[in-house]
Amino acid sequence: MPKVKPHRTSPSLDMTPMVDLAFLLVTFFMLTTQFRPDEAVVVDPPSSTSDLHAPDSDILTLTVDKNKRVFFGYDKAPVKEAALKAVGAKYGVTFTPTQVKQFSLMPNFGVPITQLGSYLDKDTEQRKALNPTLPGIPYDSLNNQMIDWVIEARKANAALFKKPTFLVIKGDGNADVKTVQTVIKDLQEKDINRFNLLTSLEMKPSYIGQ
Amino acid sequence: MAEIQQQSKDSGKGGKKRAKKMSTKIDMTPMVDLAFLLLTFFMLTTTFAKPNVMQLTMPVKDKNLKDDEQTKIKASQAVTIILAPDNKVFYFFGLNEPTDPSVPKPEIKVTDFSANGIRKVLLERQHQQPEPIILIEPYVYEGKEAKYKNMVDILDEMNITNQKKYALIDIPKKDIDLIKTQKLL
Repeated sequence: MPKVKPHRTSPSLDMTPMVDLAFLLVTFFMLTTQFRPDEAVVVDPPSSTSDLHAPDSDILTLTVDKNKRVFFGYDKAPVKEAALKAVGAKYGVTFTPTQVKQFSLMPNFGVPITQLGSYLDKDTEQRKALNPTLPGIPYDSLNNQMIDWVIEARKANAALFKKPTFLVIKGDGNADVKTVQTVIKDLQEKDINRFNLLTSLEMKPSYIGQ
Repeated sequence: MAEIQQQSKDSGKGGKKRAKKMSTKIDMTPMVDLAFLLLTFFMLTTTFAKPNVMQLTMPVKDKNLKDDEQTKIKASQAVTIILAPDNKVFYFFGLNEPTDPSVPKPEIKVTDFSANGIRKVLLERQHQQPEPIILIEPYVYEGKEAKYKNMVDILDEMNITNQKKYALIDIPKKDIDLIKTQKLL
């Protein structure tokens, strides 16, 4: 009886399905990924058990950092351009088309309108270096530019996209309540009574001692 | 390497020179390396989670309403929570009416944001008094201030303990005086 020779298999393996899968995933992630925009100020929001999600678009963000500064941001470029023109007209400041273009590309900003022109003339790197020393948007009762920005942005969004604005207050956990309360009070003066506080997710307690 | 080169067996023999047979298999290892590198990169940088928000609806201010026309809170319903600096919570039941001698002075108690702190107090109060009205007052006085985090925490507690009526208000002077007299700050 002849010996049964073990069949020698080649050690090479077919990697095609793995490659297929890998590239499928790469394509998926490339298409879905959203890079974090380069914001003027980074805040660490407090956590809550609320599981409401912000909508995809039309979000107006008022960022409050721990140095009592307020930053304004909007997610749509045309609205920002319209708001810039309207607020500029109110304070007698005009902007060049390049400045308007630059402004529409920024996710948020925190300078008084009088300094906005020179801030916009700087390039991205210079602006980044300047950001920690920015004064923020004035929001005191004598010179309340913040409310002008909010109102003009809401107006522009309603005119351009016929959609309501979703107002989000993004506060740093270490920010003081007074600043946030002032912002809320200013908005209430203008009959804006619904706010959304941006928070990071925390698990709901399973047992609350009922 | 995933592919192992087979040694050609006809080396050394002076036979005919044959055209080298090219293998139809390609070594895909570098491509796989690159694909997984990209995959890892995109997986780590992507942000799926949309930010969470907590909704806060403030009452509409009626500017025509006079002070004496405003709805009064019953003393039995009222719970005042003061968000103090250093993550402390002060609370008292009933109303603080220093001008009215018939109302006894409320006693402020101190607690914190832990599960056995203010949450327990609120739940116990809910058992005694089914519909409490909670007044949240962040302490802002003489440079000492509560943190925004505390405000979110207490609003969160309202959601967790399922409170129906609560309001975020400015701390009145009389409550600051009450804290002062009880030497809490």
